[in-house]
Amino acid sequence: MKRLNLISITLAVVLGGAGLHTQAESQLRFCIGAEPKTLNPLLVDDEASDTVRYLTGGVLMRLNRSTQQLEPELATSWKLGRAGNSISFTLRQNVRFSDGTVFSAEDVAYTVERLLDPALHSPTGDSFRAGTGKVVTQITGSNQVTVTFPAPIVGLDKLFDQVAILSSRSPKKEMAVLGPFYVAEDKAGSYLLLRRNPNYWKHDAAGRQLPYIDTVRLDIQQNRDIEMLRLVRGEIHFINSLNAEYYDKLAAQAPGMVFDAGVSLDAEQMWFNQVPGAPLPTYKKAWFSSTTFRRAISASINREDLARIVFHGHARPAVSWVSPANKFWFNAKLQPHPFDQKSALQALARDGFKMQSGVLHDREGHAVEFSIITNAGNKVRERMAAMIQQDLSGIGIRLNVVTLDFPALIERITRSFDYEACLLGLVNNDLDPDSQMNVWLSSAENHVWNPNQKTATTAWEAEIDRLMHAQASALDVNKRKLAIDRVQEIAWQQEPFIYLVNKNSLSAVSTALNNAHPVVLRPQVYWNADQLSLGSGASKGR
Amino acid sequence: MKGVRVAAILFLAALVAASLLAGFLAPVSYAHQFRDLPDAAPSHQHPLGTDDLGRDRLSRLLYGTRVSLLLAPAAALLSSLLAALIGGSAGFVGGWLEAAVMAATDLFLSLPWLFLLITVRALLPLNVSPVTSVAITFALLGCLGWAAAARVICANAHKLCGSDMVLLARATGSSGFRLLWRHIVPNLMPVLSAQFWISIPVFILTEANLGVLGLGVAEPLPSWGSLLRELESFSTFSGQPWHFVPLALLILAVSCFHLALQKQEAWA
Repeated sequence: MKRLNLISITLAVVLGGAGLHTQAESQLRFCIGAEPKTLNPLLVDDEASDTVRYLTGGVLMRLNRSTQQLEPELATSWKLGRAGNSISFTLRQNVRFSDGTVFSAEDVAYTVERLLDPALHSPTGDSFRAGTGKVVTQITGSNQVTVTFPAPIVGLDKLFDQVAILSSRSPKKEMAVLGPFYVAEDKAGSYLLLRRNPNYWKHDAAGRQLPYIDTVRLDIQQNRDIEMLRLVRGEIHFINSLNAEYYDKLAAQAPGMVFDAGVSLDAEQMWFNQVPGAPLPTYKKAWFSSTTFRRAISASINREDLARIVFHGHARPAVSWVSPANKFWFNAKLQPHPFDQKSALQALARDGFKMQSGVLHDREGHAVEFSIITNAGNKVRERMAAMIQQDLSGIGIRLNVVTLDFPALIERITRSFDYEACLLGLVNNDLDPDSQMNVWLSSAENHVWNPNQKTATTAWEAEIDRLMHAQASALDVNKRKLAIDRVQEIAWQQEPFIYLVNKNSLSAVSTALNNAHPVVLRPQVYWNADQLSLGSGASKGR
Repeated sequence: MKGVRVAAILFLAALVAASLLAGFLAPVSYAHQFRDLPDAAPSHQHPLGTDDLGRDRLSRLLYGTRVSLLLAPAAALLSSLLAALIGGSAGFVGGWLEAAVMAATDLFLSLPWLFLLITVRALLPLNVSPVTSVAITFALLGCLGWAAAARVICANAHKLCGSDMVLLARATGSSGFRLLWRHIVPNLMPVLSAQFWISIPVFILTEANLGVLGLGVAEPLPSWGSLLRELESFSTFSGQPWHFVPLALLILAVSCFHLALQKQEAWA
């Protein structure tokens, strides 16, 4: 009997302890859309891997997603060289990796070396490749390191936001991290479990070590419906990015859970094929390369309606290739093109177009009809296309909407150029407009309306080329801003891309999650992951 | 059972009639967007409400029924004719031709034809009207859907060629085209008819699948497939039962086809 009692007491203690432990351990749960392709922070090129990198990687400086300003992290300060090709860091001392290895300047040098190793093919490293020659890393003190690149790099300091520092000595290699969490378990196809980094260097104002959360469980879940259901059931704590339809449905059920952070960096846009060698009739090429025609089409599209109906009001008419969410670089002088079909028709009439029996004809008598392609399965774009179709019918233009599977669409817009107009979205993660050099230079592959030009075909493209090169070589940010503003003006006037709407950044956050301040920049909800906490006691911080 | 079949046939007839009279029955144009009334609940003006873009659901349903219910039989007819031509000639001639055709048919059946359809569709010209586009889609369905029926017809033709009836016909001097036209084809008609009726719901569902993938009928023309896309989101289940009308109609129509063709299957 005594033995039985002893067993009972032991069991009670063990179970009670387990219960206490469960209660004490806080676990943040959310879904990622796919399995991370890599856990090596230098090889990240997909969203899921980027999530893991953001939560585990320690960086020298971090772009504050709320203020859009760089803040010191592992580097307490930094200084850009006068020539714009070097940067010197003063490193934080007494910092350890998750496995206990000491962080030092050697680790920064090692990371830069690995990052720019041509054999590694690091997508993050690509942003740092400038000119030909070797990158030199000099350790100038126990906590001082200078990196010199062969040529100036625009926005060099901001690029380090993406560089997770690796340990040069740890036997765990890239699994030893300096961020708030480390990868504790990776169940392929199911979930990843991140555990609190016991050596994380940050503390809150009260001196308590961050992060507050003990574990983060990333469930791999492609189905957005299931993700929504799990949020409603309380099985996950947030959805980082919602579409407008889900936002409204959730807002009706649980208004306290949804958050509209305002206009995001993403834009929806359409453009006409202006490739001279495209397999299109000559008269259509003439329409598409006419600024008047493009502007008339732009003025005939009711952007307000697109934002109100397709995006349920969670979008706003787009103005430029830089979103208004990009506080510094957006040209605030520009306004959205107004919906004005009368003016559009007048402008077209000046260009020789005329309306006959409700159908617009060009000066040679061809009825104005063209097709627009978009990716199949994207309901939002299909709805936008249907609305544009009705808008253009108002000026006598017949628009044929064609949905294609994505590979077929890419084939047409990048290789065969067998298309007339295309409707797609632009996902933008980078605040610095220099990242769009590959779109705006006429010689660029992603200059989609007429790519890979040997010399700029039009005067305005030549001017954009000059301005983009000028901003890329200018070290004075104000001079860069002037150049980018002018590029935005030219793009607004010429409309090679007809910008339609900028979507809002929508997210859903459980009421159990504290200190969540969703923002427009990725990662919208967990950008301050080390300060998030669970429980109903604290304020939600909204 | 006969009564059920008659009811099914009557329902299908009514459905076809309603779709043919869509121009008179539809309250408004299926394409017109009432932009002040997106996703509206049923009302006197819009008996089935409006869709996300403010288009009248009833009008779209009537025209969508016309597209799906008229073009699916056309595609079924095309595929049955192809099946008769390919399977019938293989079964009639026999020997190496039959073996070769059946091998080709097996190969065709093993192809992931949904992907094949997507690929072929991607190669088509872009600047075609929605009506032409939907006709092309169903023509493609017809061209790609003959293989299973061809196997059945080949087997039946082969069996018929060895039957006493054909032996007697040969003995009385019938051969070649006369034998085929007067003796084989009439006896294959019940099988062909059954294959035709079986194919109709298959093509309706295939178009619906393509529609759900966003590769069905081009905007603004509706079809059952494009109407069913509204049910993609689970949240539709909450309090908007009128969204289910196209689905209910599809289920009813396909069920009615099955009930109606029970006799055809018995013939086959």
